Amino acid sequence: MIDKFVPDVAAAMAGIRDGSTVLIAGFANGMAETLMQGLVDQDARDLTIVLNAGGRDDGPIADLLASGRVRKLICSFVRAASVAGTLFQKGELELEIVPQGTLAERIRAAGAGVQAFYTPTGADTLLAEGRETRVINGRNCLLEYPLRGDVALIDAWEADRWGNLTHRESARNYNPVMAMAADLTIVQARHRVELGDIAPQNVHTPGVFVHRVVHIPA
Amino acid sequence: MSETFAPLDRAGIAERIARDIPEGWFVNLGIGIPTGVADFVPLDREVIFHSENGVIGAGPAPAPEDVNPFLVNAGTQPITLRTGGAFVHHADSFAIARGGHLDLCVLGAFEVSESGDLANWARSPNEPIKQVGGAMDLAIGAKRLWVAMEHVTKGHGGSRIRKLCSYPLTAKGVVKRVYTDLAVLEVTEHGFTVLDMVPGLTRDALQARSEAELHWQ
Repeated sequence: MIDKFVPDVAAAMAGIRDGSTVLIAGFANGMAETLMQGLVDQDARDLTIVLNAGGRDDGPIADLLASGRVRKLICSFVRAASVAGTLFQKGELELEIVPQGTLAERIRAAGAGVQAFYTPTGADTLLAEGRETRVINGRNCLLEYPLRGDVALIDAWEADRWGNLTHRESARNYNPVMAMAADLTIVQARHRVELGDIAPQNVHTPGVFVHRVVHIPA
Repeated sequence: MSETFAPLDRAGIAERIARDIPEGWFVNLGIGIPTGVADFVPLDREVIFHSENGVIGAGPAPAPEDVNPFLVNAGTQPITLRTGGAFVHHADSFAIARGGHLDLCVLGAFEVSESGDLANWARSPNEPIKQVGGAMDLAIGAKRLWVAMEHVTKGHGGSRIRKLCSYPLTAKGVVKRVYTDLAVLEVTEHGFTVLDMVPGLTRDALQARSEAELHWQ
């Protein structure tokens, strides 16, 4: 019997190694905050974190950065006054800024087995300096590579034991695409439901992309 | 020479843009002046608004007691979803932006050049922290890119209507039209052509506030 539920956060986070790349879904909502706290509470160091934005001066992203376990942040946006901005300006955090659509597409490419792609996004900007560009169909394009995670931290509204997921409204955001782009996809789900309770046509993230689920009621 | 004209305020620019958006268009509104455009498109004119975090059919802000914490726009403000709306994940949402599916994107800007170059993400190449967000994706992908901005800068009054942008580019040759507090300018193969001006403004006065040469219909 397939059962991806694990009993607690410690079990969900077990085995994350030093130097791992961790994809963290979320855009204002849809963020697996309990799992992020779990990442702070376990031992892995030297982490590369991939998420949409560097966060504010408090909250789960700030806590994670302040734990000193993060070496590099890959995201689309960082506020200068945030914890991330401060650490970067002190030389204690590496930063890679990626246009938001390119960030999502690089993650999708990793999940889809695409080894590289060309996009016009950023091709005529500072972000292209020293990088490979090429004119395709008359447009200047920039070469981009996939962005794969060793681990993905995913938030869901409902989960069944196969790991089939639903997400609420705009809380879907990066969750389905990051779930398919990591070797170890860990989910925190608000509701645990029986296999078959989610109508097949309403599954937002199929369980084949999911490895562990922990039930975290609100 | 006395000049008697009133520049539009930020809501006035948004209202002016809204007049030019027809029913049926699929539209993304950037942060700043563009966000206000939706307030001037009546709900019975069916324009579908996209938000980069995966919302198709974004509707007006809810009453405080009706806020749904799971439903926000790309500016992380609470919104509603129109009947007929849908949610997609982030990669599909940016496929909408990058793949030519938007009829229109309206962005704020620091500067626009006469060849349609857009500068709206960094004030200097030496800024220690880059805040790119989704502007580069939206700029290259929409069928039409319009810009909403003040004609001159607040500080020293320098023109934002440029021969060449002085700030780092977001994208090259992408802007089709600029709505400022003074005028509506179309970017053509000859440069900026003035489509409209606020009442009382003279051609000379508008040219004096524009670094690029203006053309007239």
